[in-house]
Amino acid sequence: MELLLHQVMAGLATGGIYACMALAVVMIYQAIDHLNFAQGEMAMFSTFIAWQVMQWGQPYWVAFAAAVVLSFIGGVLIERVLFRPIHNAPVLSSLVAFIALFSILNSAAGYLWDYTIKTFPTPFGHKPLLAGLADTHEVGMIGVTLGLLGLLYLFFRGTRLGLAMRAAAANPESARLVGIRVGWMTALGWGMAASIGAVAGMLIAPVVFLEPNMMLGVLLYGFAGAVLGGLTSPGGAVLGGFAVGVIENVAGTFIPYVGRELKLTIALVLIVAVLMVRPSGLFGRSVVSRV
Amino acid sequence: MSPPADDIATKESVPFVAAAGAAAPAEALSGAATGWLAGRHLLIAAAIVVAALMPFFFKSFVTFQLTQVMVYALAILGLNILTGFNGQFSLGHSAFYGIGAYTAAILMHDYDVGYVWTLPAAGAVCFAVGFLFGLPALRLQGLYLALATFALAIALPQILKFGPLEHWTGGVQGLFIDKPDPPFGLPIDSDQWLYYFTLIVLLLLFLAVRNLARSRTGRAIMAIRDHPIAAAAMGVNSSLYKTLTFGVSALYTGIAGALGAIVVQFVAPDSFSFLLSVSFLVGLIIGGIGSIPGCLVGGIFVLYVPNIAESISRGLAGAIYGIILLIIIFVMPSGAAGFVRLANAWLAGKWRPNPTARSTLGQPRR
Amino acid sequence: MKQVTRRTILAAAPAVLTLAAIPARAQKKYGPGVTDTEIKVGNTGPYSGPASSYSPVPKSIVAWCKMVNDQGGVNGRKINLLSYDDAYTPPKTVEQIRKLVEQDEVLCTVGTLGTPTNSAIWQYMNQKKVPQLFVATGATKWDDPKGHPWTIGWQPNYQSEGRIYAAYLLQEKPNGKIGVLYQNDDFGKDYLKGLKDGLGEKKSMIAVEASYETTDPTVDSQIVDMKAKGIDVFVNTAIPKFAAQSIRKAAEIEWKPLHILSSIGASVGATLKPAGFENCKGLISDFYLKDPSDPQWKDDAGFKEWSAFFDKYLPDGDKLDAGNVAGASLAAMAVQVLKQCGDELTRENVMKQAANLHDVTVPMLLPGIKANTSPTDFAPLKQVQMARFTGERWELFGPLITGAVT
Repeated sequence: MELLLHQVMAGLATGGIYACMALAVVMIYQAIDHLNFAQGEMAMFSTFIAWQVMQWGQPYWVAFAAAVVLSFIGGVLIERVLFRPIHNAPVLSSLVAFIALFSILNSAAGYLWDYTIKTFPTPFGHKPLLAGLADTHEVGMIGVTLGLLGLLYLFFRGTRLGLAMRAAAANPESARLVGIRVGWMTALGWGMAASIGAVAGMLIAPVVFLEPNMMLGVLLYGFAGAVLGGLTSPGGAVLGGFAVGVIENVAGTFIPYVGRELKLTIALVLIVAVLMVRPSGLFGRSVVSRV
Repeated sequence: MSPPADDIATKESVPFVAAAGAAAPAEALSGAATGWLAGRHLLIAAAIVVAALMPFFFKSFVTFQLTQVMVYALAILGLNILTGFNGQFSLGHSAFYGIGAYTAAILMHDYDVGYVWTLPAAGAVCFAVGFLFGLPALRLQGLYLALATFALAIALPQILKFGPLEHWTGGVQGLFIDKPDPPFGLPIDSDQWLYYFTLIVLLLLFLAVRNLARSRTGRAIMAIRDHPIAAAAMGVNSSLYKTLTFGVSALYTGIAGALGAIVVQFVAPDSFSFLLSVSFLVGLIIGGIGSIPGCLVGGIFVLYVPNIAESISRGLAGAIYGIILLIIIFVMPSGAAGFVRLANAWLAGKWRPNPTARSTLGQPRR
Repeated sequence: MKQVTRRTILAAAPAVLTLAAIPARAQKKYGPGVTDTEIKVGNTGPYSGPASSYSPVPKSIVAWCKMVNDQGGVNGRKINLLSYDDAYTPPKTVEQIRKLVEQDEVLCTVGTLGTPTNSAIWQYMNQKKVPQLFVATGATKWDDPKGHPWTIGWQPNYQSEGRIYAAYLLQEKPNGKIGVLYQNDDFGKDYLKGLKDGLGEKKSMIAVEASYETTDPTVDSQIVDMKAKGIDVFVNTAIPKFAAQSIRKAAEIEWKPLHILSSIGASVGATLKPAGFENCKGLISDFYLKDPSDPQWKDDAGFKEWSAFFDKYLPDGDKLDAGNVAGASLAAMAVQVLKQCGDELTRENVMKQAANLHDVTVPMLLPGIKANTSPTDFAPLKQVQMARFTGERWELFGPLITGAVT
């Protein structure tokens, strides 16, 4: 029983990582109607930027702000330079562009900053809480994720800009007709997603250490969480992220024999099973198509 | 071209047209197209002759590379059947490739089955797995289906490494296969023989797909891609055809996997990671979704472009690879097949702006 | 610099060198890839893809050969090392190796990296009779002179390391409850097997076998599990990233087992510093190479030589990365083999000389550790020494140990 509690807590802590990533994933999905396969690498790159700024002797918050701002600019630029020209190309062609971006960022980071792991500081510290069940950073990370979620909710529901962005993503033609600059809304979506990714990266790096491949696994789980929760629902994605963390830990520990070696498989099978019942994720809207 | 035929040709939102033959009957309506078609047959015949002569002009290492290109082309064709014909999306084809490879390896290694017979066996096993996997796919669409197939790709290496199965799979150490000798005392070496063997299998399977595409079944499969609801209303048994397509797609990729195992003479779980699925997908898109010859272009891309990237800069091989990918997508947004189609249209003086502004999956872009 | 290198290597095996070199000088005999001015050698490694973090190994092999060339080469011939990317995927390795053998026509390969990748070319190299020299992997199977006379290993194998931990544990903590953290692939499972074999009938001491995948974000769950199950001996065979995570997590949840860290994750700079020195005190590990980030070597002649090499030939590299030490040491030993070949640079003689190393040492091997091979022994490095972390450096203790796995 105590072990179960421990594993659930550890699962929530790692789930916080996935939730953070899942939120960024859903965010860009909302803006561009695509899963961004390079999202993890963008977050990793942003985190390296922050690290580099700190290496140059700047304090944490300066580096943090620099990474968020630069990522926003970078996200907008990527949209304008890479994706704008091919936005008329077949859907799967942009998938290739994502894969290309992934490859470029990963390779460039390895070239610039090498592959040995680096520590990344956290503003929350690493003090144990609840008799070692969690630490201050993990709690802080979960807090920031939930805070971001709240802010996004307010932004999308309560501001004109947010509404315009939603409209641009949901129905570009109609949005254009009512005077929304759809292209810029998409670019803005990219920028915001890159910034959220940067925050996610900077929260994740203190746990998993900073290195060019740090996001590969996180992104897998982040996607799984986002899909489980529903790609159309930021709240669902966050919940999905936590759920994946807990499922994976509990399955890995308690399913005898196959548990540990196949834990990712088991987690994915469970998710697919859930999707069979709820094909658009737990909290996603189902798509209604018009004939 | 007469206006009606032209009209049909433009409506091929279906990129696959050119090769798969869906457009062929349409184009045959006009006399001009018939001449072109004859030219096309000539072209194919010439290509086959060139392919048959290649091993005599290159070192056996190049022959080996070309064999691998064909293997990848076949795997990509499998994915193409699913994506190009049926509009479903898979990140799990590395798993089918791996299952095919392991089926061949285990049969040859443990049961001394002749390599020729491992291909149908691998095909059958993969068809069964693919068909079963097609069942959940019925409920899932787009990215949700992508995740489900992705789960398969992630799971396979873990299952291959799994302790209790090590007896068959060789666990993390993998399995070795002996290279087959040429039969009937042919005066060629085993690399050349494997090349011809693969070429024959490839041609047979290409032909089979072409015929499938032209059949009633093929039209049903494509109707589901273009408009599922309309297809269902027309009485197409959508669930049956979707699962069937999944099975056939897996069968092709599985046979490719078996061939790949025989060619490389070694299987290990790490050969069949999720990244292989990504390679297939990239090859498919670069070649052109729905195009059968495009699969060969895809195979060439998958094999050679990483080598080119590496020769430019070793430290930044991954980045160069990404840049090459981007350039190709910028120049040929609908892949090689789409590019050829455009070039053809342009040569015929019929160029129209932007025929690519349609989704490959047959749905209007939002 | 130039003189130091020469002297070190020459001093290592003067007898061998003269014996082997003199008769060979008498007549020149060249295999593929050799001319009067050049020896062509091949290599593959993961320059791209998810295993690219191992790329310092092939990079430093290339750099070392460049240094040797700048110093005049091997018996007057430059080493032309062709190193290709295989992205750590076995089919790609086969392709690149066939290119090296059939198109570039190399004399031999050196330090091809990875267990699955080397496995894929194992048969090919032996059928083609091309020396697969000093593979950069610690699997046990490379030491097989009878079955695979053209493949020779290099580093102490993982299984023998596992046995060494077992021997240590049987002595230090015979009633311990062991938990093992291992990577779910060839090297992780080799460590586990070595440990189990070494424990013999006391195998039941292992209470938890926890694996991880390289895609796992963290290993927290495994650590929490071990603490909850009352494990008091933790055998940690993870790569640096996960080793550092587990050291930190263990400290965080105040779990203080006897913690054995495998040589794979024992780098001061790459693992212990990120994990926090205060959390690492008392760690036990074993070494055969000098850790470049360990301050105790800063005045060591071998380290200084390596360091000068690194600064000059790998200016963009990461000095903390132990891969740079392994690659350079491996290359130095390959150079030694080529030297021993004299003017008889045939594939047969390369294997003959590779199986004829006597007390060879290279700059970054631990003091006292020497490479030895014979026609029946294809495992050049067998010795390791245990060490305990004092809080800022590894303190070697006990004798050099030879793990006996053949």
